[in-house]
Amino acid sequence: MNRTYELMFIVRPDMLDEDLNKLISTLESSVTSSGGTVKSEVWGKRRLAYTVRKFNDGIFVLLILDGTGPMVHELERRLRVTEPVIKFITVRTDEENKRLDKIKKIRESRKKASAATAPVTPEAGGEPAPATA
Amino acid sequence: MAEETKAPEATASTGDARPAERPERSERPERSDRGPRGPRSGGPGGPREGGRKYFRRKKVCKFCTEKIEAVNYKDVRLLAQFVAESGKIVPRRLTGVCTPHQRRLSLAIKQARNIALLPFAGRAQ
Repeated sequence: MNRTYELMFIVRPDMLDEDLNKLISTLESSVTSSGGTVKSEVWGKRRLAYTVRKFNDGIFVLLILDGTGPMVHELERRLRVTEPVIKFITVRTDEENKRLDKIKKIRESRKKASAATAPVTPEAGGEPAPATA
Repeated sequence: MAEETKAPEATASTGDARPAERPERSERPERSDRGPRGPRSGGPGGPREGGRKYFRRKKVCKFCTEKIEAVNYKDVRLLAQFVAESGKIVPRRLTGVCTPHQRRLSLAIKQARNIALLPFAGRAQ
């Protein structure tokens, strides 16, 4: 029963690249070892909206995980202990993704149905005679 | 904005008291967005307040018209449009957002605040 999560954390800005990569790979390995998939994105240095632990900037990292609750719990525990990490947030996204997929499917089926019933107008009407743009 | 707050006091008869969310209005079990906003059904907020007979610019929900389904805490630029200068979340009656989208938006803003993408108070530098 795997759930999808998004874990975003902020690392202090004076952290080196290699340390950051080491940290990310440690987290990734802990995820894959407990049977999950992970994808990471480093957003880079951004200005924070408010001062966190006396820092005004931070390096944002996003992890998209697939795993169980206890696994995320473990990850969070690690992040709490890691000194350079100053903030993190975990958001569960599987229900949201399900909902978005459903909407997309409905929209596509609607488009297909309308394209089937009116085959001439929507496709060929790409070249607008009253081209205002 | 000042007129909106002064008007309800004149219409005490409609029971549209903003400060006190009265539980007597039994048809409102959930107070999340119903209490202060009263029995208004969304669009025209004008005619119910203080005898104003004209329609108040029928604002449409930006998310519904542009078909933005996913409101993520990560897209700060979108969220910042619904946040005031002071950092407060702008009420639905001013932005014209529909209820489900306002709820998701508010959740996203609060998540963004937690991860320091938006400020809790004051201007975002």
